[in-house]
Formats: sequence, C-alpha cells, structure tokens
Amino acid sequence: MDATISFLAAAIVAGTPLLFATLGEIITEKVGNLNLGVEGMMLMGAIIGFKTALVTHSPIIALLTSMLAGAAGALIYAVLTVSFRANQVVTGLTLTTFGTGFAGFLGQNLVGQVVPATVKSFFRPFAFPGLSKIPVLGEIFFQQDIFVYLSYLSVFIVGVYLYKTSFGLNVRAVGENPGAADVASINTTFYKYFHILLGGALCGLGGAYLSLVYIPVWQNNVTAGRGWIAVALVIFAIWNPYKAVIGSYLFGGLDIIGFRIQDTSFPVSMYFLDMLPYIVTVVILVVISFRKSKENAPPQGLGNPYFREER
Amino acid sequence: MKKTVSILLIMCMFLALALTGCGQEEKAPGENAEADNSAVKVGFVYVGPASDGGWTTSHDVARKQLENNLNIDTLYKESVPEGPECEKVINDLIDQGCNVIFSTSFGFMDYTLNAAKAHPDVKFMHCSGYMTNENMGAYFGRIYQARYLSGIAAGMKTKTDKIGYVAAYEIPEVLRGINAFTLGVRSVNPDATVHVKWTHTWIDAAKAKDAAVALLAEDCDVITQHQDAPGPQIAAEEKGVWSIGYNMDMKDVAPKAYITAPVWNWGPYYEKQVKAIMDGTWKAENYWGGMEDGIVDLAPLTENAPEGAKEAIEKVKAEIIDGSFKVFSGPIKGQAGEIRVAEGETLTDEELTSMDWFVEGVVGNPKQ
Repeated sequence: MDATISFLAAAIVAGTPLLFATLGEIITEKVGNLNLGVEGMMLMGAIIGFKTALVTHSPIIALLTSMLAGAAGALIYAVLTVSFRANQVVTGLTLTTFGTGFAGFLGQNLVGQVVPATVKSFFRPFAFPGLSKIPVLGEIFFQQDIFVYLSYLSVFIVGVYLYKTSFGLNVRAVGENPGAADVASINTTFYKYFHILLGGALCGLGGAYLSLVYIPVWQNNVTAGRGWIAVALVIFAIWNPYKAVIGSYLFGGLDIIGFRIQDTSFPVSMYFLDMLPYIVTVVILVVISFRKSKENAPPQGLGNPYFREER
Repeated sequence: MKKTVSILLIMCMFLALALTGCGQEEKAPGENAEADNSAVKVGFVYVGPASDGGWTTSHDVARKQLENNLNIDTLYKESVPEGPECEKVINDLIDQGCNVIFSTSFGFMDYTLNAAKAHPDVKFMHCSGYMTNENMGAYFGRIYQARYLSGIAAGMKTKTDKIGYVAAYEIPEVLRGINAFTLGVRSVNPDATVHVKWTHTWIDAAKAKDAAVALLAEDCDVITQHQDAPGPQIAAEEKGVWSIGYNMDMKDVAPKAYITAPVWNWGPYYEKQVKAIMDGTWKAENYWGGMEDGIVDLAPLTENAPEGAKEAIEKVKAEIIDGSFKVFSGPIKGQAGEIRVAEGETLTDEELTSMDWFVEGVVGNPKQ
C-alpha cells in the first residue's frame, strides 16, 4: 500500500509539467491554432525562470518571468500565424527549434548552477492544511509543492472559463468557426492573440516547474521531449481541461512505472513502456474518428488561418 | 505580399537559430605562441557544449591545461552531432591549421577514421572507441577503478544495506562500472546489495531523478549514478540521504548528500601525447589507462563521507596504482552465486570490454 501511494504521489509530480503544457496547448487549440512550439516555449520558460531565480532570489518573480517568456515565444507564433497567416505547423516547429536554441544559448554558462536556497525552500512540498488529512487521497494529492497546488487551481480556472463563461463560449466559437464568430462581432484576432499568449504562458510555467522545482540545477534541454508528449496529451484529453488531468497523471505515471516494476516478477520491456503513451494516443485518435461525436472532435477551425476577406 | 513577409520572418527565425543554437565557437589564435610551438595546433571535437558540466567539460578543462602548460594554440568545436557532420568539422579544423585532432565521443569514431585516412599528415586521437590507424590512436580511462573506490565509501555509509544505482543503458561500459562499484561495496560490507534502475537516457535529468526516487522508496540510503545529469543527487539531497556523483565534483548540487565522485582527468594524457608529437616520438596506440596514470580519479571526500573511508580508500588506491590489486581478480561470483572468475584469475581487457553480466550482490537485470 505504501509503495502504491508513493508511486501515485510521484506520478502526480511527473505529470505536473505535462499538465501545465497540456492546458496551455488546449487553450491555444481552442481558438483554432495548432502550436507545435510547446517544447520551445517550455524551454524558454525554464531558462528565463531559472535565470530570474538566480538574479532576484524571488520565487514569485521567477514564476512571473517564466510565464512572460512562454508568452513571448507564443507572441512570435501568434504574429506569424494570426497576422501573417503563415502555416501553423511549420511556424510551431520553428518555434520549438528556436526555443531550444534560445535556452541553450542563455544557459551556456549556467550549466551546473543551483537555484538559490530561498527559492528552493519556497517550492518544498508541504501538507495542505486540512485536505492532507484525508486518508490515502490526502497523501497522494495534498503533500506536494505549491506548484502542484497551482496546477490544480489552473485546471479549475481553465475549465470554468471555457465552459461556464461567455468569454469561454466566444473562445470556442472562434476555434470552431472564426467566420461565424466574426459575424457575431467577436474580435477574432484579439481572441486568438490573447489565448495563444495565455497558452504560451502556461507552457512556460510547465518548463519552470522542471528547472526550478524538480531539477533545481540548470541542465541543457531539461524538458527532454515533454513538450511533444503534451501535444499528444491534448488529443488524449479530447481538448477538455478536466480530462487533461487524468491524461497528464496517467502519462506521468507511465513515465515512471518502469522504475517500480523493473525487478519485480512482472517483467515488461522498458522500451515497451516508453512506447505506451503514444500507442494510447493513437488508439484514442482512432476511436475518436470512429465515433464522430461532435463533443469529442477537435475544434473545426483548427489549423486553418482565418481571412475575413475569404468569408 | 503578406506571405512574402511571413516567409521572410520565418527565415529570420531560422537565421537566429543558426546564430544561437549551434553555438560552435572558435578561439582566436593565442598571441603568446612561441616560434617552437607554432608547429603544433590542436583541434578538439566535442559532442556537447563545452560548459555541459560533465563529460565535455572534463575534456575542455584538459584543453585549457594543454594551452597553458605547453604554450600551444588549440581550437574547439562544440555540440557536434555524432554523424557525417563530424567529418566536415574535422576538415574545417584542419583547414584552420590544426595538425592534431582529438575527437571525444564514441559516435565520432568512423568519421575520425575517414578523416585520418584522408589526411595522413595529421595526427588523430579518438576517445572511447576501438578503431586505430597509422595516424589515429584510441584512448579511454579505467573509470571502473574509481567506481570501486567510491563503492567502498558507499558500503561503509549505508545503514539499510541497500544502495541505489541509476544507470543509463545496458552496455559493457555501464555494466563494468556497476560491477566494480558493487565489488567495492561488498569488500567492506558483504551484506549490502546494489539496486539498479535503467533510465535509457544519458541526459534527461528529470527521468534520472524519477529513477532515484523509486530507489529511495525501496529503502536505499546511498544513491549513485551513471548518468550525465545530476538528477539522482537532487533526489538524495531532498530525501536527506547520501549520494555519489559521476564525471565531476557534484558538491554544489547536493551539499548535504554528496560524498565523492569518480572523475575524469584527461590533462596529463593530452600533454604527454602532444609532447610526443612535438618530439617526433608519437606512435598511434590503443590506450586504456587507469589510476596509475591519473587519467581517472576519485574526487576528494566531503564531510558526508563515513568515518574511516579515507584511510580504507587510500590503501586500496595505492594498491591499484602499484598494480598489486586488480578490481576484476577472482574469486568473483555472478548474480546467481556461480563462480565467474576463479581464484587467481583476472579478467582480460577483451572480457572487460564485452561484459554482459552482473556480479553477486547486484539486484537488477543486465540484459535489455
């Protein structure tokens, strides 16, 4: 039992950077833009957050600047795809390469440097008052660091925003059919810009979780492909922030389960386990395309640039 | 019109990437080069950034020593991919006047050999491979000797008699390290076991940390690693237990956990080789040096080290250096308790470089 609880608690931690990045990408795709630059924006957030922590010794400022860095990466993407209507896939891929180089360049002389003690202690896990007393669930969900609690809050806010507010309705309208949204006098350009930037900020936070909390020592390429898993997770979660929680923790758990069963009587190849998240994603894609239900479909306008003149 | 602008902007991003991302740097020729030494110019090919804080940094430190001690010029190219581009980079270095090339990653081997055949007047040295040529030597260090010594510290430190080992891939180099470490552990603590977790990555620090967290959940109280990233050190620090690093001193990463680390020290070997080239006595060789040459060593023990470890380690280290002690001398038992190396026998270098089994006391699977 203890082993299971410790595994599940570790799965939450492994899933948290994925959760932030997935939420960010869901918001971006909800306004109809496919941004494959998640990995790049995560790395931008990771390096800027780390650098800020080194200079200011302030965890709050480090969090804010990491969000700004992610948003700045997203701004490049937004200018190109929304204003200039460049190909979204190519632009996103470019952003990933750019962000990787950006972080490598700024971090050149930071490798091996350690986050200041004030920041480290701020991000230390603590028992959430009250809720941590719940048997089992409390131990799994509420003995974590402040970043993890922030991720719970983000899911809730994003969920309510998208499904319970008129702004969220507009967001979904822009993503489904920007022409119709435009007719309904929704400022599509503003909505696209704002949510692409917001998505970038969340990706930046996901990167900062890795560089500030989980590995508080600067490492080149600290995300190591997690941005791509987040892109797959959006499909897994069928563009739903609540399902993103399940997906993130499941993928986080799959990432680490290999270490827990390597020398038990249950022999599974590590390579197979590394493949599992992607196999699951492919299966879900197939299932979605068979069921063809409107709720589970991607936003209809996803990937298409919007020209008012072509309406 | 707008399409043109966007294409231009994308091209700008690519350009920015080319300028920042690759980060290949060159050092301008030193001004203090004397006439005698201008005949030799050494070029280095690195697989990672010079400041990676691990493998590549250990080579770059040696490059700087070479510059200062022999007063010669060096150039380096960093973050070179392990592919055909390596050969281009080597040719580039030769065009810039290098007549000695060190390529420091296993994946550069074939391309270094091609370049060596194309440039018979240039001397090549390739790290961690096995191919040689008239003008191309191979070199590597017996880091497993230092791992044995770090095992002594771990064996004396552990209270739970369980030691965690986060390892990258099931290849002979890694298995050799795990076995040497375990032999060291059990030379002072015959009851202790070494628990291995495979990560299948050299550089993913978070995954390496995940593996260490799993080992800590199994009651291990000393963690060591064959990874380039310090994730496992951080896991040990956060849990309040102990750790042994790799590649370089990792004191700053985990001040309360870190005990010591097997480290590389390429400087003396590089100096010897370049001097031989300058004297005209250089010959291509396949060199696998150990502690006696100082090419591998154990980082200084910190105050986290167990009492008596320093003396015990110094004693064995002296025996390794004078050749009276060999790490892989029998009797050595395999994982199932069967005799793998009989009393009086020692594993040959061929057996060491093709090792695919675990010694007694390792918990884990040596095969994929």
